Amino acid sequence: METTLPFAAPQPLLKRLTWVDWGYAMLLLAGALFAYARFAEYMNLYEESVLFGSVVGFSWLGWYFKPVRVLMLGIAGLSLFAIGQYQGDLARAEQAFFLQYLLSSQSAVMWMSVLFILATAAYWLALLARAEFAGKVATALTWSAVLMGFVGLMVRWYESYLTGPDVGYIPVSNLYEVFILFCIVTALMYLYYERRYATRQLGAFVMLVVSAAVGFILWYTFDRQAYHIQPLVPALQSWWMKVHVPTNFIGYGGFSLAAAVGVAYLLAGRGLLASRLPAREVLDDFMYKSIAIGFVFFTIATILGAMWAAEAWGSYWSWDPKETWALIVWLNYAAWLHLRLVKGLRGPLLAWWAVVGLLLTTFAFLGVNMFLSGLHSYGQL
Amino acid sequence: MATPVRLTTLKNPTSFAAKLYELLSSMRFAIALLTVLGIASIIGTVLKQNEPYANYVVQFGQFWFGLFEGLGLYDVYHSAWFLLILLFLVLSTSLCIYRNTPGMLRELRAYREHATETSLRSFAHRAEYVCADESAGVARRLQDFLVAHGFRYKVEQRAGGDVLLAAKAGSYQRLGYLLTHGAIVVICIGGLLDGNVPFKLQEGFGVKRVETRDLAAEEVPQDSRLSVANLSFRANLTLPEGAQGDAAFIRMRDGYLVQELPFTVRLKDFRIEHYATGQPKSFESDVEILDPDLPQPRQATIRVNHPLVHDGIVIYQSDFQDGGSLLELDVWPLFSGEGAPDRVRTRVFEDVIAGEGENVLRIEFEDFRFFNILTLDEGPGAQPRNVGPSLTFKVRDSQGQAREYLNYMQPLNLDGRAYFVSGMRETLQEDYRYLRIPADPENSIGDYMRLHAVLFDAAQLPEIARRLADKTTPETATPEVRARFEQSVRQLLGAFAKGGYVRVAEVIEQAVPEAERERAAEVYLKVVGNAAFEALIMSRERAGLPPPQPDGDTLEFLHDSLNSMSDLFFYGSPFFLQLADFGHRQASGFQLTRAPGKNLVYAGSVLLVMGIFAMLYLRERRIWLLVKPAARQVLFAMSASRKSPDFENEFARYRQQLQVLLEG
Repeated sequence: METTLPFAAPQPLLKRLTWVDWGYAMLLLAGALFAYARFAEYMNLYEESVLFGSVVGFSWLGWYFKPVRVLMLGIAGLSLFAIGQYQGDLARAEQAFFLQYLLSSQSAVMWMSVLFILATAAYWLALLARAEFAGKVATALTWSAVLMGFVGLMVRWYESYLTGPDVGYIPVSNLYEVFILFCIVTALMYLYYERRYATRQLGAFVMLVVSAAVGFILWYTFDRQAYHIQPLVPALQSWWMKVHVPTNFIGYGGFSLAAAVGVAYLLAGRGLLASRLPAREVLDDFMYKSIAIGFVFFTIATILGAMWAAEAWGSYWSWDPKETWALIVWLNYAAWLHLRLVKGLRGPLLAWWAVVGLLLTTFAFLGVNMFLSGLHSYGQL
Repeated sequence: MATPVRLTTLKNPTSFAAKLYELLSSMRFAIALLTVLGIASIIGTVLKQNEPYANYVVQFGQFWFGLFEGLGLYDVYHSAWFLLILLFLVLSTSLCIYRNTPGMLRELRAYREHATETSLRSFAHRAEYVCADESAGVARRLQDFLVAHGFRYKVEQRAGGDVLLAAKAGSYQRLGYLLTHGAIVVICIGGLLDGNVPFKLQEGFGVKRVETRDLAAEEVPQDSRLSVANLSFRANLTLPEGAQGDAAFIRMRDGYLVQELPFTVRLKDFRIEHYATGQPKSFESDVEILDPDLPQPRQATIRVNHPLVHDGIVIYQSDFQDGGSLLELDVWPLFSGEGAPDRVRTRVFEDVIAGEGENVLRIEFEDFRFFNILTLDEGPGAQPRNVGPSLTFKVRDSQGQAREYLNYMQPLNLDGRAYFVSGMRETLQEDYRYLRIPADPENSIGDYMRLHAVLFDAAQLPEIARRLADKTTPETATPEVRARFEQSVRQLLGAFAKGGYVRVAEVIEQAVPEAERERAAEVYLKVVGNAAFEALIMSRERAGLPPPQPDGDTLEFLHDSLNSMSDLFFYGSPFFLQLADFGHRQASGFQLTRAPGKNLVYAGSVLLVMGIFAMLYLRERRIWLLVKPAARQVLFAMSASRKSPDFENEFARYRQQLQVLLEG
């Protein structure tokens, strides 16, 4: 098209990519090919699709949200280093220096916990003292915590195979593991919006939710020794788990962000911290976008869950308590979006609703396992 | 929404039909239905669904049980009213789609090129420019501008040489509405197809009914059988190894239906594999499908997460149970002093009658488990382990009252010592209470039972007392003192054999003044302990075994034995069953489903996701650019279906870009 315009017309994502972006994608592809060359005989068609699908997915994520490229490199580098340190012997987790103090899955998760708590403190300092530098530190701490969390999961994945070749599984299968996943997914989603809205003030609220989850992980670790790797029950031995669980936690992450911002919105509405927080319109938009992304992923996760259920339990919908509560959570946020989009509702009611929505979500996530019985009983405390 | 959706109006809006239509297609109605549905769903998760009716009676009492049954609360999701609400929801959503689709589609296509200048000037988001040049290129440049930002437009020539560019982008947002609501209808229809509406109708007309008697599949009468032609079902089939079946059971309310299958399933083998730690790793059934349409039987292995599809019916590994294992049992009498067991051979699911007349007992063998993974140790690092086979049985008296027992075959290690463990409970709602019988140094129950036989045999008591007196009374004691001692030992052991420590305590209470009871109890317990040691020596002599070592282990054994014997009075059974040998036979439980609505549900799910994406991530925006060459003016107006900060930013950016473009 002739260029009669005195400004650069917006270009689609693919045309805006630099050679660094392509290099990053090539690295991902190389990694996937390496894994395929070594382990193809253990994979079925679905797992191969998940493997190469993840190349596309993470390439896109890195292109869309550039810092993810560095994060991915960090995760790969540290995880490979840790795996090298193991030399195929699980006992080295307690002997090799780097494993014992930094990179064995348990140490990495402890580092993640510490970093998240420090990040929370730094965000609050930045918010209350209007300290810009503290804010930058908080962001850096959060990124480091996300890195260590992912490394912890990756190394745990490897450790599970060292426990026994038939034991190995992707570490998203029990409460301990999914809580780690929840922390890092929520933090990563927050970091995206932090950049997008160019505001660090909301980190204080979001990181409180993450810290609560970290508190749970610590209690679960020290009181219940939940870090022990237990082999999977037959019902969980399915490639569906690899897609169903992470998708679900992106949903939960989105709903948690919305609730945290909802609290900030309500406080600002009462004049608390109002001068330190972003404008109400920004908070409102933040809340909407989090719920929107959460809702999309929660919908997909529920559908994936139904498809898995069809394969494992013989019916795509059994009105199992977990399924039913997922439906209730879905209806809740569907109503939230409906009122906002169709009826144009704005204001504190939606903020309250987002906060209450998180309580509902928490019940669907934890309460159902604790108080009701059903087919999801492997998530029990 | 900024642009209201036009409603299709009926000719006579006051008629009943019109009002009904108005109500059914309104969002209020849909929301009300969804709310009721939500609450009903919550009830269904709090109240355990599809339990045996007897459990509900116990839980709620007769009155509430009846009421809840009437409301269909034991199977909320298949109750008539729940299905009716779903049906209304489908109807309401369909009407809503029907009502709004024409308007939506019109909006989707329309460019609104007829907007007047006056109306454009009333827009909140507008700007006016005076062009730097008067060349005819202005309109051309504006068109480039719109294309570059992804807008599609329509050009309209107006009177006086004015040109209106009416543009839009993201119009498919409106499709999102149609897709999501259409998806809900499609999913619900799929779900209803796979529900049991056809049966409900047949039951309503009295053609079919739920069978509540305990019958074999082939004996079930025709009106409780569903034919092979049944469109959708979800049924269970349990087969012992080596058995076959061509009919499955559908559990319903307090009974069941029989679903006939177009083929026969034969179970060849059922396997449980275990991890090194003892937890189950896989449940697998080797089956043979005998289908008249197949020249040869089809061989397959069904695993959890790996179902078999045959003839449109999906067969899943659902559970497993005992298939009638062979049992060899030692029956130890607990209240007659024989000290030797009877050997009984039976099978799981068979009954054995013991005793006669008033005291007749029916032993119902219910389950045998080959593996039991338990975490017996406490504290950190406690790992679950396999503790070996167990047997579950009920002991029912002549009144029909039953106690349930759970016996482990091998001794369990508890607190560092080995015990034969038997759990007992009087109702299903209770937890088991456990009787611990200490194992002897040979890891058998023999010492305990022999000791029990001696201690509980009144004829043996004088001998025990005599032996104890030999050892404990000083040689200088007078015969009267010695006789009194023996007398009290006999009395004490007699009391213990009649009611354990409880009875001993009663004896103390009667004979000793309150102030001295504590000291007396200590002495009495010591005497019972010492007497038990003598009894143990005697019991081993009688069996031709060497005397026990008088060490700490034996002391512990005696201590545990006496506690256990005292507990026998609460055990509720006059015998102890010890599993001696078994022949394991398993049964595999399959679930068979035919769900033609599944694909509809999946298709609806795809529509739903597409619709949600369109609704949330497409933003419908419109731009009008009115070019007035005569006045060298351009009027810019913009609107969006939803106001958002993104839209404000976009408008600000365009306004600025247009200024550069037009005013230079």
